[in-house]
Amino acid sequence: MGTIAKIHEMLTTKQCSCTELTKSYLDEIEKSNGELNAYVNVTGDEALKTAEKVDKKIASGEEIGLLEGVPMTLKDNLSTKGIETTCCSKILTGYKPIYNATVWDILQSQNAVMLGKTNMDEFAMGSSCETSYFGGATNPFNTKHVSGGSSGGVASAVGANIAAYGLGSDTGGSIRQPASFCGIVGLKPTYGSVSRYGLVAYASSLDQIGPITKSVEDASIVFDAISKYDEKDSTSKEYNGDTYSSLNNDIKGMKIGIAREYLDGVRDDVKEAVLNAAEVYKSLGAEIVYFDLPALKFALPVYYIIACAEASSNLGRYDGIRYGYKTEHYNGTHDMICRTRSEGFGEEVKRRILLGTYVLSAGYYDAYYKKAQNLRGTIVKAFNDAFTHCDVILAPTVPMTAFEMGRAVSDPIETYLTDICTVPVNIAGLPGVSVPCGFNAKGMPIGMQLIGKSFGEAEILNAAYKYQQAAGENFKDTKWGVKL
Amino acid sequence: MKYELVAGFETHIELATKTKIFCGCTTQFGGEPNTHCCPVCIGLPGTLPKLNRQVVRYGIMAGLATHGEIAEISKMDRKNYCYPDLSKAYQISQLYAPLTIGGYVELSSGKKIRLHHIHIEEDAGKLIHQHGDTYVDYNRGGVPLIEIVSEPDIRSIDEAREYVEKLQQVMRYIGISDCKMQEGSMRCDVNISVRPVGSEKLGTRTEIKNMNSINNICKAMEYEFERQVDLIESGGQVVQETLRYDDATNTTSSMRSKEDAHDYRYFRDPDLVTIHVTKEEVEEIKSTLPELPTEKCKRYVDELGIPEKDAQLLTKYRNISEYFDKACEGVKSPKTVSNFIIGQIFSRVETEADKEVFDVSVNPEQLNELVKLLDSGKIRNNLAKATLEKMLDSGKGALEFISESDMGGLDENAMLELCKQAVESNAKAVEDYKNGKEKAIKALVGFVMKNSRGKADAAAAEAKIKELIG
Repeated sequence: MGTIAKIHEMLTTKQCSCTELTKSYLDEIEKSNGELNAYVNVTGDEALKTAEKVDKKIASGEEIGLLEGVPMTLKDNLSTKGIETTCCSKILTGYKPIYNATVWDILQSQNAVMLGKTNMDEFAMGSSCETSYFGGATNPFNTKHVSGGSSGGVASAVGANIAAYGLGSDTGGSIRQPASFCGIVGLKPTYGSVSRYGLVAYASSLDQIGPITKSVEDASIVFDAISKYDEKDSTSKEYNGDTYSSLNNDIKGMKIGIAREYLDGVRDDVKEAVLNAAEVYKSLGAEIVYFDLPALKFALPVYYIIACAEASSNLGRYDGIRYGYKTEHYNGTHDMICRTRSEGFGEEVKRRILLGTYVLSAGYYDAYYKKAQNLRGTIVKAFNDAFTHCDVILAPTVPMTAFEMGRAVSDPIETYLTDICTVPVNIAGLPGVSVPCGFNAKGMPIGMQLIGKSFGEAEILNAAYKYQQAAGENFKDTKWGVKL
Repeated sequence: MKYELVAGFETHIELATKTKIFCGCTTQFGGEPNTHCCPVCIGLPGTLPKLNRQVVRYGIMAGLATHGEIAEISKMDRKNYCYPDLSKAYQISQLYAPLTIGGYVELSSGKKIRLHHIHIEEDAGKLIHQHGDTYVDYNRGGVPLIEIVSEPDIRSIDEAREYVEKLQQVMRYIGISDCKMQEGSMRCDVNISVRPVGSEKLGTRTEIKNMNSINNICKAMEYEFERQVDLIESGGQVVQETLRYDDATNTTSSMRSKEDAHDYRYFRDPDLVTIHVTKEEVEEIKSTLPELPTEKCKRYVDELGIPEKDAQLLTKYRNISEYFDKACEGVKSPKTVSNFIIGQIFSRVETEADKEVFDVSVNPEQLNELVKLLDSGKIRNNLAKATLEKMLDSGKGALEFISESDMGGLDENAMLELCKQAVESNAKAVEDYKNGKEKAIKALVGFVMKNSRGKADAAAAEAKIKELIG
């Protein structure tokens, strides 16, 4: 498996040079991206330049860091200086940022080899990657199925071994859901633990950047690297992630909670896999406790009201004046802005802007937005109470496995429902990690989710790591990509 | 029927911080278009605002200077509207929890114009229309503002003028803004309505925008008052709308009606955290505030015996009052200092702009020295006045122009001699005086003063001359 630790070992023991490694990843992208559509922009020249730098360092006998020279990818909503950052929207085509997202600054300074930018639902709005202006990324386990969303491109690339890891963003499940669909690991960190500076905003109070990786250990390595206080982000906390040192801690006596509501309406195969995981935990000495979390029923409406409200404001700036797409024929400024937005945004984005505008408008604010904010408080409190009963919460990541391409587009409401298990974590600002926990009859991966207390990344990654050690058979390579 | 004017003000003031409200860019006025900008203040996708704490400090100063209550917790909200000069399509402002609440501005009549609140926010950029094209300059985007919102307590144009002047004066005193209406660092919107005198019910209001001087504010209000009264008198109704003032024609015209009013969809800005202000911080800021003009003026009248009118002149600008305060240190008669400043120094500082800067060639310590010479009786008033003129011409101290012998006063014999000369060489004046023209004596005293080079005591000279004439 092409994990970070494995690649690091190969580089330091000179089994291959970083340039050779990078080239093989680029070759595999070339071969498979036509079918996977994971990458929307491959930056081979830049990748090889960094690889060369790393090779020189190794040749000179200098020690290299764990992430140094490891080929990776960024979701296309993370700002990269001089490299197109489109959010997979027509309206941002041609836009090259003049600054770097903080997370990319951090990784670039550690000589991460970025292979390119990956596909996503337009402005991260979607659960299948299919709202992308460039068409959806497909699932490496079966390319007739979706990769999930919104960080579908990262998940598809990592699942297909055409990137060792990637950074995605998670507003209502956009890291965990595609990770679950593609049989890999995805961590949505605590709100405030990773700087959002440079992440093109969808819903600012919910967005969080996090790693999508092949293993729990990798998720821990990447999280520790990017979880740094950033003065450029006012919501960033004085907190430096250190999860790696406690990965292998004993979990004997750990209380793992299962909220009954999380299992409602979940497909049988998914439910079974999650309950099997609970059994694994029991065998590791953890205690399983069941409890009720009735506030969960508010999560979806609260999420869609708050996320759309914030999005309607965040996306107001795309007017064709300063950057990105601009309509060709227009009559005056107002007409230019209207046409640019009508032509530049896709259907799902327009739907959410309209929803958000509606819930914030005079006369409706109290009935929708304000009520949603109040209920957000209720949900936060419900989780706080839950953590008096248990240390971590175990739940399905998605009530189902990756569906076939085309279905999400035809029924948006049904697609919204697939977020039911992931959005509560964003509403409460908590950390959650999705970990592969089995396969359905058709061989599609199933994911489970471990939810932690605020800044409890170390605890959930420890629990996830222990699970991976005990149930490694659920972590599988696909037929694609680089074989290491 | 007689009608009464009812008005309230929304006043925007640009704060004099070095950097913008949410980034490190300079706030300097002017500059090549789009050179005082960065990814944050042009709202590039993914950028985040970081609140400049100095803005909070200046906002608190404004609140304290207008007797408002400082909120321990306040929050930033987004005001959403789409316009090319607003790079994010929302302005970060405060609606639900502003920085300061209440307060008032006291007019000279003692009437208090109550304030609703003061909030902090960012300014927008500017559109430039040139050769049929429209350009946008974001240099001003993100410059910090406070908005001071008054209650509808203003009842006349005179009160309106004084309210704006007082606000301008106070904000300049505490040094948070230069409040230049022409440059846009102070901008007023006026909400105005009329009602029959004696009526309690407020009439329908209109809002006037786009006035760039206090005179224009007054003119616009006069015009709008007349327009509303005429409308009602002729059986019409005032429509709630936003008006634009045109100073070329001195008229107001409609910008948008109530139906077209923006729905700003305010909501808490999720990118910014709650602003906490501790009681200690407020106390610390309070301790750094200068004495405010209204209090200063009262003190000059009550404690220093300065006439009210003069005290107002001295306190109009902070620099003048500070000059006066320094020049007064240890002197017996502050009124003498005041007279020198208003009588002589002001004649060399003609414009209001120069008065505000008040950069005069004689520094307050030099004036203080001169007044002390006068206080101690070493020199006479006339010599002091003449000396001050020389000092103002040269920037040199009093002692450069006054010799030891000048300060000795005039001895008895010399005085007698000069008085005799005065009587002998001014036969006409002596004659006039004898014929009952009391004032003629002044010419004789003047002769003594002139020939003693100001050293003589005028009262003593007058007595001596009267004695000589008999």
